[in-house]
Amino acid sequence: MTMRRLINLKRVEARRIYLTYAVVIAAYVICQVMSSTKFLSSSMRGMLVPICAYMVMAVSLNLVVGILGELSLGHAGFMSVGAFSGVATAILLQGVIPFAPVRLAIAMIVAAVFAALAGFIIGIPVLRLKGDYLAIVTLAFGEIIKSILNNFYLGVDSGGLHFSMLTDTTRLLPGGKLIIRGPMGISGIQKIATFPAGFILLMIALMIVFNLVNSRSGRAFMAIRDDRIAAESIGLDITKYKMMAFVMSAALAGSAGALFAMNYSTIVANKFDFNTSILILVFVVLGGQGNMLGGIIAAAVLTILPEKLREFSEYRMLLYAIVLIVMMLATNNAEIKEFLSRFNPFRRKEEA
Amino acid sequence: MTFLNFFISGISLGSIYAIIALGYTMVYGIAKMLNFAHGDVIMVGAYVCFYAVARYELNPFLGVVIAMMVCTFLGIIVERLAYKPLRQAPSLAVLITAIGMSYFLQNTALLLWSSNPKVFPSIIGRGSFKLFDGNLSISHITALTIGVCLVIMVILSLFIGKTKMGKAMRACSEDKGAAQLMGINVNATISMTFAIGSGLAAVAGALLCSAYPTLMPTTGALPGIKAFTAAVFGGIGSIPGAFLGGLMLGVIEIFAKAYISSQLSDAVVFGVLIVVLLVKPAGLLGKMTQEKV
Amino acid sequence: MKAKTKYVPVPSRSILPERDAGRDPVLECVKLGITLGGIKAVEDFNLTIGRTEIVGLIGPNGAGKTTVFNLLTKVYQPTTGTILLNGQDTHGMNTMQVNKAGIARTFQNIRLFRNLSVIDNVKTAMNNEMRYNMLSAILRLPNYRREEVAAHRRALKLLSIFDMQNVADVPAGSLPYGAQRRLEIVRALATNPSLLLLDEPAAGMNPSETADLMDNIRKVHEMFQIAIILIEHDMSLVMNICEGICVLNFGHVIAKGTPDEIQSNPAVIEAYLGRKKEA
Repeated sequence: MTMRRLINLKRVEARRIYLTYAVVIAAYVICQVMSSTKFLSSSMRGMLVPICAYMVMAVSLNLVVGILGELSLGHAGFMSVGAFSGVATAILLQGVIPFAPVRLAIAMIVAAVFAALAGFIIGIPVLRLKGDYLAIVTLAFGEIIKSILNNFYLGVDSGGLHFSMLTDTTRLLPGGKLIIRGPMGISGIQKIATFPAGFILLMIALMIVFNLVNSRSGRAFMAIRDDRIAAESIGLDITKYKMMAFVMSAALAGSAGALFAMNYSTIVANKFDFNTSILILVFVVLGGQGNMLGGIIAAAVLTILPEKLREFSEYRMLLYAIVLIVMMLATNNAEIKEFLSRFNPFRRKEEA
Repeated sequence: MTFLNFFISGISLGSIYAIIALGYTMVYGIAKMLNFAHGDVIMVGAYVCFYAVARYELNPFLGVVIAMMVCTFLGIIVERLAYKPLRQAPSLAVLITAIGMSYFLQNTALLLWSSNPKVFPSIIGRGSFKLFDGNLSISHITALTIGVCLVIMVILSLFIGKTKMGKAMRACSEDKGAAQLMGINVNATISMTFAIGSGLAAVAGALLCSAYPTLMPTTGALPGIKAFTAAVFGGIGSIPGAFLGGLMLGVIEIFAKAYISSQLSDAVVFGVLIVVLLVKPAGLLGKMTQEKV
Repeated sequence: MKAKTKYVPVPSRSILPERDAGRDPVLECVKLGITLGGIKAVEDFNLTIGRTEIVGLIGPNGAGKTTVFNLLTKVYQPTTGTILLNGQDTHGMNTMQVNKAGIARTFQNIRLFRNLSVIDNVKTAMNNEMRYNMLSAILRLPNYRREEVAAHRRALKLLSIFDMQNVADVPAGSLPYGAQRRLEIVRALATNPSLLLLDEPAAGMNPSETADLMDNIRKVHEMFQIAIILIEHDMSLVMNICEGICVLNFGHVIAKGTPDEIQSNPAVIEAYLGRKKEA
């Protein structure tokens, strides 16, 4: 690399941020036009909101994995906390706020708050650990959240909110309504999540993460990632900044969960299991750690891919697995990379 | 007596976890990677054993031996094809590849053997020993599981401690570069580790499905995660740690199911893991390494 | 030829340069010691540093020099003894708090934030003096812009001391070795320390780079009027810029004094060259 190209780094970084916003906006406009001209199949139209939710999840996890440099294997846990608290809020507000978009917005904010709270409580023990141990504890918390939500009952009646664990002992008054029903989850959800709402949430998530990264907090996150000991030596409060990134990431995951849940009529805790956490991690790693646009594209491709592979019916998940392995080998093995770059017509000529 | 019964079934379940955890911990100790596909190797081993015994009516023990051979081979192939090209890659890339490999094995199994659960024939019959006038009954498979786990533990400790290959493994886990300079074939050592881990996984698969006789392509996933947790619990990279962690996890799980709630038993298991890691951040028998400044 | 510093005795147990004599010392270590893995890595370490003094910490490999730095910056908690920083006991503080109290350091094996740009490395070190919160950053409020612009200016000014302002946007990890060492010093200075610890700043440098470094250290010392302790094996550098020298061997201080005194000290010569064989 020449020195001149290096010096342009800052401008490259800014360009990448604008490019990300531009790509997201363009994709949104194209999808809107295509779906209004009936160009988009109904199955694809049904996937727009989940794709947005997964994109926000990818951005959110990228903050922890790519920027802070800690591996989280339980991110679906925050998504489920957001999904359940958000949907419950929306159901409670059904009679109070008739205008659905406002209800959705409030539900997503409540979801973010609850998920942030969960992130904070979990963060206290988790962030004292390092590396693989931290990762396994996030996995453990993801499973614990799933178990708890699977055994959680919440009902509402004229006497207010009632909840219980393990069995339904809420003893609701006549006219009361059981909202969360343990392993049955929540059913009868009004599908108020919309594609524009998903788009706005994604733009907000991008704005939060990009603006945070280019501030004192973001520099601190990256400094901790690059060298914890040096970061301490210049007076950075490691615990505080780790917690900040973790809570912010959990909050974003929470609102993504609420958005996701309100696209379906029924939601159960088992939907947000370890495999979902892994799926989101795959978006982040495949898109490039710390690369928001990459994660967003990976989220879209890997959500659409299994659908497009439907014609291969029973081979589709096998193909998915092979694509995953081949992509990791192609992007990470030096020899394969070198081999592939020979076929790249845009390969830069070696500079004299 | 019920307490003792629960305790024994806990030890038995824990023995299976311990055998699986050994595979995780050995691979982690040497290759510094989490082999997520390990749980699915268990499943493959169980299927091979199932077909050998139920379809071809071979002697159960011969079935287990065949399963071990197949899995050993599978372990070596997986390492060679998917992990070896990524020796220099960042650990997350390797992790994702391992996850991809796990999906691959599960879906291949789905195509080959369909998703219908198979009823696994116990490799040793369904009888049990009756003790204390029948108050305490220990099924044969429970006794066998505990026995096999002990034998594996002793043999593996001797292998790691006394043989040349074992020494090479310990050297590689300390410092691969230095080991290579001392004339140790690092690649062969890593292959060997995968081979041993996968062979043990086949044994675990046969034992697991004899005790809990439903066999599906996803059978290995949850025991895999739990065994991995057990390995961390005991201190990942430590072989006695995997043994201890596996046993404790099994006992805690059975007790939680019996005395707290069967739905919340996983939450209790993971809760105990978190508490242990907070008190001992490197697991029960793991060594805490301080970064040199 | 550099001017000789005149040393005067002060009421406490040590001597200080004449210009610092009227003021409290920046650092006082009393009977500092630590046991690592059953070995007393440092024992009975006493040192007093004047406000603007430059002190060299020398000794053979494994003498415990870096351990002293790690004790001062609380990477290790001392098992015995006290450290007074600007008169304040640092007992119970951690690395971060010690930095806030006024100690900044560089590392023997360079520890930069390799993926951050050069200027971001410096700005990260100014984190604690910036006064805007997360919300201002996310919403890009006026105080965010104001503080960021100010920090950017100050970071550039600091970089210009070492003539590095033109590589401000290069990723720190891609800098040449010597520049990485200089950047570590700039980063340490950005935290406004009253005491700067340099761990082998000239390691791996050729003689002309070392000469430049010597000038730079003098420049920093003059500009910031702070105390500096440096660990170094390059004796010409140490003898040239240090006013006081402290010699460690096997975790013990074997000599303290001016460069001239140290050069002729028999204990030091023995530590470095070994004892003459008895006939």
